[in-house]
Amino acid sequence: MAEKVLMKGNEALAEAAIMAGCRHYLGYPITPQTEVAAYMAKRMPQIGGVFLQAESEIAAINMVIGVSAAGKRAMTSSSSPGVSLKSEGLSYLAGCDLPAFVVNVQRGGPGLGGIQPSQSDYFMATHAGGHGDFHMIVLAPASVQEMVSLTFKGFDLADKYRMTSMILADGTMGQMMEPVSLDMGEITHYDKPWAVTGTGGSREPNSIGRPHNIINSLLLQPEELERFNFERYARYKVVEENEVMYEEYMMEDADICLVAFGVTARVSKNAIKIAREQGIKVGLIRPITLWPFPKAVLRNAAEKVRAFVSVELSMGQMIEDVELATRCIRPVLLCNRTGGVIMTPEEVVAKIKEADEIGGSK
Amino acid sequence: MVVFEKPKALTDAVLHYCPGCTHGIIHRLVAEALDELKITGETIGIASVGCSVMAYNYFACDMVQAAHGRAPAVATGVKRANPENIVFTYQGDGDLAAIGTAETVHSAARGENITIIFVNNAIYGMTGGQMAPTSLPGQITQTSPYGRNVETVGYPVKICEMLSQVDGASYLERVAVDSVRNINNAKKAILKAFRNQVEGKGFSLIEVLSTCPTNWGLSPEKAQEWLRENMIPYYPLGVYKDKYAEEADK
Repeated sequence: MAEKVLMKGNEALAEAAIMAGCRHYLGYPITPQTEVAAYMAKRMPQIGGVFLQAESEIAAINMVIGVSAAGKRAMTSSSSPGVSLKSEGLSYLAGCDLPAFVVNVQRGGPGLGGIQPSQSDYFMATHAGGHGDFHMIVLAPASVQEMVSLTFKGFDLADKYRMTSMILADGTMGQMMEPVSLDMGEITHYDKPWAVTGTGGSREPNSIGRPHNIINSLLLQPEELERFNFERYARYKVVEENEVMYEEYMMEDADICLVAFGVTARVSKNAIKIAREQGIKVGLIRPITLWPFPKAVLRNAAEKVRAFVSVELSMGQMIEDVELATRCIRPVLLCNRTGGVIMTPEEVVAKIKEADEIGGSK
Repeated sequence: MVVFEKPKALTDAVLHYCPGCTHGIIHRLVAEALDELKITGETIGIASVGCSVMAYNYFACDMVQAAHGRAPAVATGVKRANPENIVFTYQGDGDLAAIGTAETVHSAARGENITIIFVNNAIYGMTGGQMAPTSLPGQITQTSPYGRNVETVGYPVKICEMLSQVDGASYLERVAVDSVRNINNAKKAILKAFRNQVEGKGFSLIEVLSTCPTNWGLSPEKAQEWLRENMIPYYPLGVYKDKYAEEADK
């Protein structure tokens, strides 16, 4: 077991990115993720990397596109309003089939919103990252250790599937400190024959080298664009089949199933302890990948439990995926706070009792 | 003996540009510069959004197609990833001087060691002739059907003049492609802008006054006249900044 160090979530994530081989950080300051940029500003020059503070989130994501097109691992980080600005770039990354690593340490919205923790960018991350048909791999850490492990994993998945991996954290994950192990093992290197690194012709003689690589998302022939979209979704299907991650907690005998990610999963675990002391059999399914969503796990759980409670820091976004995954064969209740407010375990317990009452018998 | 042939840095793809459009000339000048400096094999071009969007098919070097206005940011990423590569953007006036103004100014401010070819034809060509940030006062376009009224929509943006105030910029020159003499001058400027990058001299931007016969509603020949009589007086040709020449003079 590697030695553990006490680190803030945002800084641990930044160090994990460096360990994952990222040497290009392009970002723009915004609370509550600015520690990522500050950490990179200090660390990158020490290791021969590039830290660049862009003129906007839009420029930052397009610099990521440039670095990624050139075959190198690149990342940017932001918070909710900044990620809205990046949506154009996220769509282009998908259209160009480029790998990228993007962090959203969410705050309350809409608009300028607030700066306290939120999960209200769930829809944006999992359903509407930008215009057009595409998905991102969305990873939801629930501890500082997972800020590290999912960052390492995120870079690998991005290269493996030529997709954007997004860490969807909430302000709590970014700001809190916990002991973490930074021992993540070896990096897998992927060949990138598509990268724009020059066609390799030499100056003497004046040769051009291999045929040129083109990184492009413009396909004016409808049939061609359709074909590319079908091919991309065939790749997404492989991701859905192989990369779903989740945690099951006290689900063996559960009558009620909480569904929560990030900080609300931690609140939920406290609530489960209280509810079980009061005799209610309740467990938790915690999606770690929000896309691909653990649909089959929830569908199977629906055969065993009487009701679900989606515990979220939003007006109810993930609950729609829970209802879809379970085909609504059990009631799905919403336990939510929003705007930067986090629910207490007692509020979750109250909702568990409500579910227990209306859930009926199996 | 062959005395005039197609540059090696152009592919055999057929250009899609309208008859009389000067993009073809400017493509050729860029390709000649790559040929003469023998850098095609190490060059990455960034195409933008506008008429020149498909430039990625025409240059034989590796190419990236950027979102509207973002080419300098993408170029920054490519250059910072592999500083040994030569990186250029090819952008029109809507792309560079409207939606991409921030990326243009800040890539200059950072002194990115890149080359920008800025084609200014005072109109949005690809979308069918709308008012550009560089459309002249009084100019009639699809979205200024009564002529550009500076009282309500403001004045054209003069990019070379504006960037000449930015310390990070190294070399700024405005040229035109309306005559043989001006085309030869444009060639020299574009060549120098690429040579600067090879020599690590930082940010170079060449603004090329260009024609759009289709959307100006003029014959190619009349379009050249219109450029000479209307654009050049408003956008004077010449070197707006040459940091290294200025230092050599000191």
